[in-house]
Amino acid sequence: MECLSLDGGVSIRLCVLLLLLCALCDHSFLAHMKELLLVLLPLAGAALAAVWRGNRTRPWLMPVFGAAHAVLSLWLLVAPPAQPLGSWFGFDPLARAVLPTVSLLFVLCAAYGVSYLRVRAERPNRVFVSLMLAVLGLLSAGHMARHLGLLWIATEGVTLAAIPLLHFNATPRAFEATWKYLLVGGTGIALSLLGSFALGYASLHGGGSGDLTFGALLAQGVGLTKPWMLTAWVLLLVGYGTKMGLAPMHTWKPDAYGEAPGIVGAILAGGVTTVAFTAILRVRAVVAAAGEGAIADRTLIAIGLFSLVVAALFLLGTRDFKRMLAYSSVEHMGILALAAGLGAPGLWAALFHVWANSLTKGALFLSAGNIRRAAGARTMDEVGGMAKLTPVSAAIFVAGMFAVTALPPFGPFFSELRIVRASFAPSGSAIAGVVFLGCLLFAFFGLTRVVFAIVDGRPRVATKLTGHRFPETAGVIVPPLILMALSLWLGLALPEVLSTSWTEAVAQLYPAP
Amino acid sequence: MNGTLNLLIGLTMGLNLMALGSSRIPSLIRAMSVQGVVLGVMPLLIEHLFGWEAMLRHWPVLLVAVATITVKGIVIPRLLNRAMRAANIDRDMEPLIGYVPSILLGAGGTIAAMALARSLPLLPEHAGSLLVPGALASVLTGFVLLIGRTKAISQVCGYLILENGIYLFGLLLIHATPLLVEAGILLDLTVGVFVIGIIVDHIQRAFDSLDTRKLTVLRE
Repeated sequence: MECLSLDGGVSIRLCVLLLLLCALCDHSFLAHMKELLLVLLPLAGAALAAVWRGNRTRPWLMPVFGAAHAVLSLWLLVAPPAQPLGSWFGFDPLARAVLPTVSLLFVLCAAYGVSYLRVRAERPNRVFVSLMLAVLGLLSAGHMARHLGLLWIATEGVTLAAIPLLHFNATPRAFEATWKYLLVGGTGIALSLLGSFALGYASLHGGGSGDLTFGALLAQGVGLTKPWMLTAWVLLLVGYGTKMGLAPMHTWKPDAYGEAPGIVGAILAGGVTTVAFTAILRVRAVVAAAGEGAIADRTLIAIGLFSLVVAALFLLGTRDFKRMLAYSSVEHMGILALAAGLGAPGLWAALFHVWANSLTKGALFLSAGNIRRAAGARTMDEVGGMAKLTPVSAAIFVAGMFAVTALPPFGPFFSELRIVRASFAPSGSAIAGVVFLGCLLFAFFGLTRVVFAIVDGRPRVATKLTGHRFPETAGVIVPPLILMALSLWLGLALPEVLSTSWTEAVAQLYPAP
Repeated sequence: MNGTLNLLIGLTMGLNLMALGSSRIPSLIRAMSVQGVVLGVMPLLIEHLFGWEAMLRHWPVLLVAVATITVKGIVIPRLLNRAMRAANIDRDMEPLIGYVPSILLGAGGTIAAMALARSLPLLPEHAGSLLVPGALASVLTGFVLLIGRTKAISQVCGYLILENGIYLFGLLLIHATPLLVEAGILLDLTVGVFVIGIIVDHIQRAFDSLDTRKLTVLRE
């Protein structure tokens, strides 16, 4: 019981929080409470974790608050509010189309995290648990931000909160990776602020008030001054593209994903990148409203194809299976950028792909974490025969690999099929489609090469000794299995509510003329 | 007003070149902190806040100015100096881009920024001001330092100068969106974390070495 007791200062803080909630709870806010709770609940969880005493019980806060968040976001998915909360912030169709997948991914990663932190009981987890929940809250804020400044603050917050998660292992290599992440990510985030300022000046110079809500910017439309608007587009694409990990701004990704714990990699690859992607989508809509949609689409296709080519080349060369996942993530971010540049059908497929990719990548990162722990190494030169030592994780890893390289029954196959169809449509670009298919093929070669080298063969002698220290318990097997099952479900029986949510998000970003 | 403001922006550009040319880290930190103070004064100039009465009326601007001067001119340089002493480094010995090429790049970048800024349309009240070229030149300087230097502290200085450029640009919007000023302050927070990150890293290393010494003492 001792570990559950809270000291006086904490209860005061909780009371203040409750009072704040009550103050927000007056008439007009009551209906929109769920939207606010999506942000406030995880942040309250983060505060609670920061003062929680027991190192062994604390990790349970992650799945508890994650599950509450998932319930709220799925509830909002099924029954969205008629109007978003306000012009600055709210659960609009785009947030509805993407946020629930982040929520699902988080709750499963959090469930895995409980077992993971039990294995790593020697390390204090106060900062880790607290910041994981803070990342969830800030991600929700980023997805629901309808103001360029607010969006920037949320993304900045996520970047900062992720730093201690990255060097949780506290090895010199982890610190080096964190430094790279800070340097590249910080520069990216600075450029996106410069881009936000430039868009503000485009509005001011065009006779507007410099209001940075997306609603006001869309309404001003062609009134935005062209040169400033295009400068802003380039800066925002580079800035948020860095967060997303589009080539050539992807350099932080292999190091960060390679050194961070599996759950952190999964949240970064499936959650943080999506908030940057929706940011780019929102800005693209402003550029299109100003009459330069064609330029925006062309840059998106170009940067997407470049990322695909770079990722395919590195996938053919890498020997480390955690870095392989990072390059695979670069590849899928390229696919998203490409699809977003292919008009309304492409955008619909991109939103589908966000779901398919997040869930499948989650399964891959979690099973890779299991394999990595049991093997005690990460390159195909040191690891082999994992099908014998960790049979279930190896099976999930192989299945996830086939899913992510677009094998038919899984979700990514259907989303990528739609992207191919959109690129060969008259409004798309056939060359882009051909390059896309070629890169998928090379990525497939690269991934199978590494995955089968790790899974097949005979286990190394050293691995046999370490392998038994980390048995495959239900806690580390069930979450990735559920993620795989969800990916399969997206492919086999796409729920009606999801496809309508994507259609509505496309309608929001491509308003009928 | 524009004349004095332009003089200060010119000073900022000069400090950029000084930062690019300095091989010793203390002088790099000094150039950066002087730049921070110069930037902190600018909002007061733009808002014509010269008397106490005017300052009290526009207290948010005053607050921003004081906060900028304190954080950029005093707090961050102190933290960096302390980190430098803890790590026992004084010079960036092997920069990827040498000092003379850095200065040449910076000078070329400043000229390019002037030319580029001319092609961007400005509101009448900003015409003739050097805010845009100054901002672009500082961003470029920041990039050269980030890419060209190898020591973490010099890279942080580069990042701070880049951020100073963004602050300069933000001054164009000072009337329109007060929130963005706050966002700029948040960016400062990033830098704070940046700096703390280094210090933590070094403390960690220091602890390691302390530990080994203790172990030898025990053995003896």
